[in-house]
Amino acid sequence: MIAEFGCFALILGLCLSVAQAILSFTGRARRDAVLTGAGEGAALGAFIAVAIGFCALIFAFVTSDFSVVNVAENSHTEKPLIYKIAGAWGSHEGSMLLWCLALTGYGAVLALARGLPWALKALTVAVQGSLGVLFIGYMVLASNPLLRLATPPVEGRSLNPLLQDPALAAHPPFLYAGYVGLSVVFSLAVAALIEGRVDSAWARWVRPWTLAAWSLLTVGITLGSFWAYYELGWGGWWFWDPVENASLMPWLLATALLHSAVVTEKRGALASWTAFLAIGAFTLSMLGAFLVRSGVLTSVHAFAVDPRRGLLLLGVLGTASGAGFALFAWRAPLLRDRSTFAPISRESALVVNNIILAAVASAVLAGTLWPLVLEAFGRQGGVGPPYYNLVVGSLMAVAFVILPAGPLLAWKRGDAVAVFQRLTFAAAAALSFGVLVFAFTDPHKALASVEVAVGAWLALGALSEAAGRVRLFRAPVTESARRFAGLPRGSWGVTLAHLGLGLFVMGAAFESSWRTEAAYVLSVGGGLDLGGYHLTLTTVGDRPGPNYDAEEARIRVTDKAGRTVCAAAPSRKTYDTGGQTTSQVALCPTALDDLYIVLGERRALPGGGSAWLVRGFWNPWVRLIFLGPILMAVGGALSLSDRRSRIAVGRRAVSVATGLAGAQ
Amino acid sequence: MNLLPRSRTARRRLWVLATAAPILALAVGLALFGLRGSISYFYTPAQARTAQVAAGKAIQLGGLVAVGSVDKRSDGSVRFVVSDRVASAPVVYRGDLPDLFREGQGVVAIGAFDSAGVFRATTILAKHDERYMPRELTRALKARGEWRGQGASPTYSGVKSGT
Repeated sequence: MIAEFGCFALILGLCLSVAQAILSFTGRARRDAVLTGAGEGAALGAFIAVAIGFCALIFAFVTSDFSVVNVAENSHTEKPLIYKIAGAWGSHEGSMLLWCLALTGYGAVLALARGLPWALKALTVAVQGSLGVLFIGYMVLASNPLLRLATPPVEGRSLNPLLQDPALAAHPPFLYAGYVGLSVVFSLAVAALIEGRVDSAWARWVRPWTLAAWSLLTVGITLGSFWAYYELGWGGWWFWDPVENASLMPWLLATALLHSAVVTEKRGALASWTAFLAIGAFTLSMLGAFLVRSGVLTSVHAFAVDPRRGLLLLGVLGTASGAGFALFAWRAPLLRDRSTFAPISRESALVVNNIILAAVASAVLAGTLWPLVLEAFGRQGGVGPPYYNLVVGSLMAVAFVILPAGPLLAWKRGDAVAVFQRLTFAAAAALSFGVLVFAFTDPHKALASVEVAVGAWLALGALSEAAGRVRLFRAPVTESARRFAGLPRGSWGVTLAHLGLGLFVMGAAFESSWRTEAAYVLSVGGGLDLGGYHLTLTTVGDRPGPNYDAEEARIRVTDKAGRTVCAAAPSRKTYDTGGQTTSQVALCPTALDDLYIVLGERRALPGGGSAWLVRGFWNPWVRLIFLGPILMAVGGALSLSDRRSRIAVGRRAVSVATGLAGAQ
Repeated sequence: MNLLPRSRTARRRLWVLATAAPILALAVGLALFGLRGSISYFYTPAQARTAQVAAGKAIQLGGLVAVGSVDKRSDGSVRFVVSDRVASAPVVYRGDLPDLFREGQGVVAIGAFDSAGVFRATTILAKHDERYMPRELTRALKARGEWRGQGASPTYSGVKSGT
């Protein structure tokens, strides 16, 4: 009964989205505040309806109602409660419902937002409603998550064991909130193009939405990467897999958009480019959803693949972004930039940043879709990580070298010499840091040391910019403290985000160059050397879990002096349903490094007895790889909380009447 | 003589173009260079034999893991034979086998042949799904008439040997 009710609610959500689109468009065309108000109401209603449908699905999962197809295929009575709930978005249908929930949720927030120019808001709500029609329509007609089974099974098929993990339970909601957050930016851009006005007032609204989506996307990608790191047991954290690329591409364009929107807001320049990025970023989000769900490309992480519906999803993508880009081609020539700037200026630095980010996104897109290009020529194959490392690494290196100068340059016309003087300390410190890294690592690696130095340059550059703002060491401490407290949160956000990027680059460069790996088949009492550590297998025992049986090893880790560093307990789980096995990695964390230990399968020894394949990785500085992006996201959230970019706060409540007067 | 255009907008446009052009050229150049070096084509053992893939060239080798061929050494390396029923190729791999690696099931190995004709795999492609069959492999098997449907084990594999 609940499932039918939920199904009804989803159909109601579709109808309300249709109403939202039609009412808002008509209201804008007729300049009728009553109609647009009704459109906003419909947006709220659509969100509530989809939320009810979502709750119905969660309810079906929690109560293990196996008469619902989706539950029967993805749940199991013995599964822990959190994974029963997470199972709701573990499947194709469920994840589309989550997508629609986020889409209508953003629509509702948009409808409640105050201060947006009346005409722009009406059109944005209308476009958001049209997106809702496309996606909810797809869900209701082709991928209903609440479909019933005629003969319900006694037990479900359970969620893929690898997905039963806390990081991955939280990963899709963050990722989708980020992906779909870009839909608002898309809607704003389309609305502004229809209005024919892409100006700084518009960019003022684009920026907070982009910031929110970007921060959530950053968290989502980091969670996914962290999951891959410790759950797959391969010791790596990024594999340039199509599904990973699918999340990276919208992130790159959102990052570019974040920076170009600043130029449009502050200087009124780059208007059409910002609008283009806004449409492009959401297009790549949709492309990501399509790539993940369609099985067009061979991926290691693709779950719940369905080629037939993938084609339909491609149709949805083509309609939405095709309309957006067509509108852009038609209206963009009308847009005029209001200001000019000198070759050395903050605008120029941001333009270079945008060109590089867009080029990197295109290169990743080309590499990801290359298998399809080859296929068109009758070959099968793809491109590997060397391609991405070369192209993305080299292009980003150019961006990283100039990045610390960006925030120091003045708008319109900057002073390169003065900026260089302010960065001398950071440059010298980063350079000596690189030399130290080169000298103290074994083996010595020149290129990797340079990469670490570039990371340090980013981090120190960000810090010295902040130090300059508070006049640290140049003014009395009390004066610095006063300035520290008085700085707007937005500028702290910039510092934190750039610092986080620097830490990430340092971690990524160091970890991928100096990671060591060792593997050996050990019987109890056997040992293995790894970096400066020694691993000894002490015991292996059974440990039954709620829906699996685990074989758990105890491994003592000692350092060179023979002191015990930690007792690791890697295990290997065999799930009752499906008989799939997964490795539970044991991590011995130090401040920056991880000792990463994987228990392999049991092997019978020729003379009787058993032995286990034990594999260990020493991942130096790996902490920075996950800490950096989290700092970036915190920086984004901090900027978002800045008074200057607050979204839905009615500082000056613009009444509909005055808005109307302005529109006429 | 001043060659720069007089209008400020045109000058700015020229400047943006002058910045964008080298970066884009660099991007395209790098991409083409990278593509040349790291495109790896997919072959089954028979196709690899016909095409006479050069030693050291990175490729993807796909087929079924021959039953009884998996030999796990104590140094953590694994040897097995990939076969497409017409030809077969020995594979050596050092690393964790995917949890779903089974004899008689499909596998894609990424790596290169050495001069002795042994395939040195750097990655064994596996998916986190028990019904996994790599797409390239599906197509190659379909072309050979060996296709048994998604998820089904090929008939001759018989027993699923657990790991």
